[in-house]
This record gives sequence, C-alpha cells and structure tokens, in this order.
Amino acid sequence: MARILMKGNEAIAEAAIQAGCRFFFGYPITPQNQIPEYMSRRLPQVGGCYIQSESELAAINMVYGAAGAGARCMTSSSSPGISLKQEGISYIAGAELPCLIVNMMRGGPGLGGIQPSQADYFQATRGGGNGDYRLIVLAPGSVQEAATLTGKAFDLADEYRMPVMMLGDGFLGQMMEPVEIPEGVDLKDLPAKPWAAQGWTPGCGRERAVINSLYLDPASLEKHNQHLQEKYDIISAKEASAVCEYTEDAEIILTAYGTMARIVKSAVQLARKEGIKAGLIRPVTLWPFPNAAFNKVLEGGNTKVILTVEMSMGQMVEDVRLAVEGRVPTPFYGRTGGMVPSTEDVLAEIRRLKEAL
Amino acid sequence: MEERIVIAGFGGQGVQSMGQMLAYAGMIDGKQVSWLPSYGPEMRGGTTNCSVILSDEAVGSPLVTSATCAMVLNRPSLDKFEPIVQKGGLLLINSSLIDRKAVRDDIDVMYIACNELAMEIGNLRVGNMIMLGAYLAKSGAASIDSILKALPKVLGAGKEKLVPINRVALEKGAELVK
Repeated sequence: MARILMKGNEAIAEAAIQAGCRFFFGYPITPQNQIPEYMSRRLPQVGGCYIQSESELAAINMVYGAAGAGARCMTSSSSPGISLKQEGISYIAGAELPCLIVNMMRGGPGLGGIQPSQADYFQATRGGGNGDYRLIVLAPGSVQEAATLTGKAFDLADEYRMPVMMLGDGFLGQMMEPVEIPEGVDLKDLPAKPWAAQGWTPGCGRERAVINSLYLDPASLEKHNQHLQEKYDIISAKEASAVCEYTEDAEIILTAYGTMARIVKSAVQLARKEGIKAGLIRPVTLWPFPNAAFNKVLEGGNTKVILTVEMSMGQMVEDVRLAVEGRVPTPFYGRTGGMVPSTEDVLAEIRRLKEAL
Repeated sequence: MEERIVIAGFGGQGVQSMGQMLAYAGMIDGKQVSWLPSYGPEMRGGTTNCSVILSDEAVGSPLVTSATCAMVLNRPSLDKFEPIVQKGGLLLINSSLIDRKAVRDDIDVMYIACNELAMEIGNLRVGNMIMLGAYLAKSGAASIDSILKALPKVLGAGKEKLVPINRVALEKGAELVK
C-alpha cells in the first residue's frame, strides 16, 4: 500500500481491517473517537459489523461474544472507558478468547482529563479485572509502529487465545504521520479455531464448544489457572521486546515507552552532542516486560544509572526496578496528564544525573 | 534541517487543514513529518492550533514548544504563541484581525493582511493560504507544487477544483516576501 499521512487512531483502524478484523464494538470517548468513526464507515464496506453500543460494558461483552464465535474482533476506548470494560476483559481472559483492546490513555484518576497520559500502565500490565490473568500489552512509539503492531496483536491473540491490549496515548491517537498500512490478509488464510462456538449439531464430528470462565470446583479452577500460567510463562520467554538505542557504551540509560520514548530519544541525542554517554531502552511489550534488555546493559558494565521517564507519577518504574534488582540506582522523572515533558526537561534531568555520577 | 511550526487561529480559518497540507507536502518532498492538532473541549468561535514538524531526522516530540515559525491568524493566538517562537525565528501575523504589533524584537516578524488580500483575489477563504505562501517563500520548507499536490489528499477527492485559487493565494503570499 502507498505511504499516506494518517492519524494514529485511523491507522490502527485500517490496519485492523487489513488484519481481518470484521467486528468492532465501542462507545465514544476522547481522544480515541477516530477509531470508531473510521470503523463505522469502513467496516460495512468490507462486509463487517460496527456497533456503537449503549455502554462500555455492553461493548466488551459484544467482543466476548464475537471472540467466542471465532471472529477477529476489537474494541477501543480511553482510560475511564477501559476501566468500565475490566469485568469483561477478565471474563475474556478467563475464557481464553482472542481479541484486541485499544486504550488511548488520557489523564486520571477518575474522569481525569482528556490530554495524553501514561497513567494506566498498572491497569494494563497488572490486570484491571479480577483473577490471575495477563494481557499482552503493546506500546507503539509511532503511527507506523501502531499500524504494524495492530496486525501482530491479532496474530498473538489468536496464537495464545487471549486478549491483547494496545496501549497508546492521546498524542499517538491524534497525531498524523506518514504510514504504510501492512497488506491485508485473506480471511481464509487465518488459523482455524476449532474451539469456537459456531453451532453444534449431533453427529457434527466435534465436541460442544463451551465458552465459560466459571469453575466452581476448586481443583478444576486451580488446574485452569495453572494452564493459564504455563501459557503466560511461554509468552514471557518468547514475546518480550524492546528497542535499544545508543546503549552500547552508555553510562546513563533512560527508559520510556510510546510517545514519551520519542521525546527521550531526542534528549538522548542532544546529550550525546554534549559528550554525555546516554542511551535509551524503549520497551515495545509492556507485558511481558523486556527484562533481558536491562540485563544486557547491566552486564555490559558501563551503566551507572537507569532513569525511567513517564507521563505518570511512576508506574513502569516498578517493573524497571524489578528488572534491575538494585544493581544500579533507578530514579524516576514524570509529569501527569497533558503536562508532556519537553526534550529540554528531559535533557536537564540527564545533565543533573551526569553531574551526580 | 528541522522546521517546527505552530499554526493558530479561530476554528474555520483553515488552521488544521493548512497544517495538514504542509505536513503532507513535506512527506511528498521526502522529509520526516508530523502533524498534531490541539484537541479538547473546543467551542464554536474558540481558538484552535496545530503543531507541524518537517525534519531530515526522525521526529521526536510531535508537540512544538519552541517554534522556528508561528503563523497566527487571530489575536488570542498571537498572545499565546509569540512567546514560544525561538530566538531568530519567524512570526507571521494576520494584521487584518490582529490589532497589536509583536512585542518581541529578537525574532523576524511579518504582517500580512490575509483577509484583504484574499478579498482582492476573490475568495476570503484562502487568506490562510496567502500566509502559508509567505512562509514557504521565507523558509523554503516545501514547494507550492507539493502543497497543491497535498490539497486533494487533505480536503478530499473532488476538491481538485480548488487548486487554481489556492495556487493564486500561495503565489500572492510568496510575492510579499520578495
């Protein structure tokens, strides 16, 4: 496909259609409204179904139904709307169904504000709903990466039979950048889903498909949880991903994801021009967290400090500290919803760390 | 080369679409680009703005906090964005609607009577493009041809008929710089 200028929200929507998504259920909220708007126009053109539901709760349960029937399906929302969807997300994870959930984060807690934020990291990576479950959480840093990761998200969801969350922020959704939407898949080429509830008749040659997250027998429930955990262990070993830049000889490592990582990268480049050996680790998967990228720089022996920068009061920094295990200091710099740190703000933090080395 | 541009004015003055055309033109010319609108509880008659970046390198923050150029189409936008123009940067002021002069003396300021000039060429709605033409001539950030190629991409198929009047407007703006 040709390179065009698109909003992050629109690019995700088109990439989802190209990846075979034919069902979208959602309820409007700023700053992600271009996703449902785009889907409402495009899905009918490709034989799909768009429903603006009466509530977020309804939307996520429609996703539950479509996923249970084996369709590639998705919903999108922003922070308070994602909070409302947590019950359904937990059920979908429990029932082991694949789907894509997009969260274009805005400031919180509560209704918060509508400007960009990264304060839903805990909710996304720790499970905002009840029970021992995980989501694969992808954090694109550009409109192009958002489009590319959308297709990957559907593939991962199908492969591991679980919900995948795309975690962006208001800037990523609203910003236009050049993007080449990945070529579409043929629906016939998608993997078979023999577990899907697609109508059972006596003698049809397979067991009844049961979509359920209720296990009243404790031993059965524990067995189910052990099975989920084994799956999560495989994902942790195989799917963690990060982009490392300027880290080879870096004394000061910065780590940030999504929009924030772009700003941090600019600051790192300016610091390098001043002779400060700074580098960037940008986690692309937030769960599983890319511990290996941190181990690699720490084993290299040059790193003296790792600064986490977020548009929050400090959430991912907890995973950074778990990965670093006290080997070097792990300070934090962050601002809240809409108060996006500038390149100069981050550069000032780097200079301060350099002086203290 | 990195141009960091803020365009601001009332809703309806073409602020967002001229920003998109500039970004699209930059992309056509092979540059790295981004366009970011202000979004929020906007109201009719309220102000709107966008950040556009054209660069040889990958774009970092899409939000312009230190501008190489600010194009302001109304008074509140001048008050808000004059302070963020970097030293030696460019400030383009729509003098048809803005009743004060710039207070900065460390930047390059140009006054353009967008509305009167647009009336002269017979279409009030291309006032923004006169300012954009002046910016292009000053900065060399993109060519008029690339902007006109971008126009139907931004305004939608079927808007090619608007290319001639927009060419006149862009050229009129460029002439002001000579």
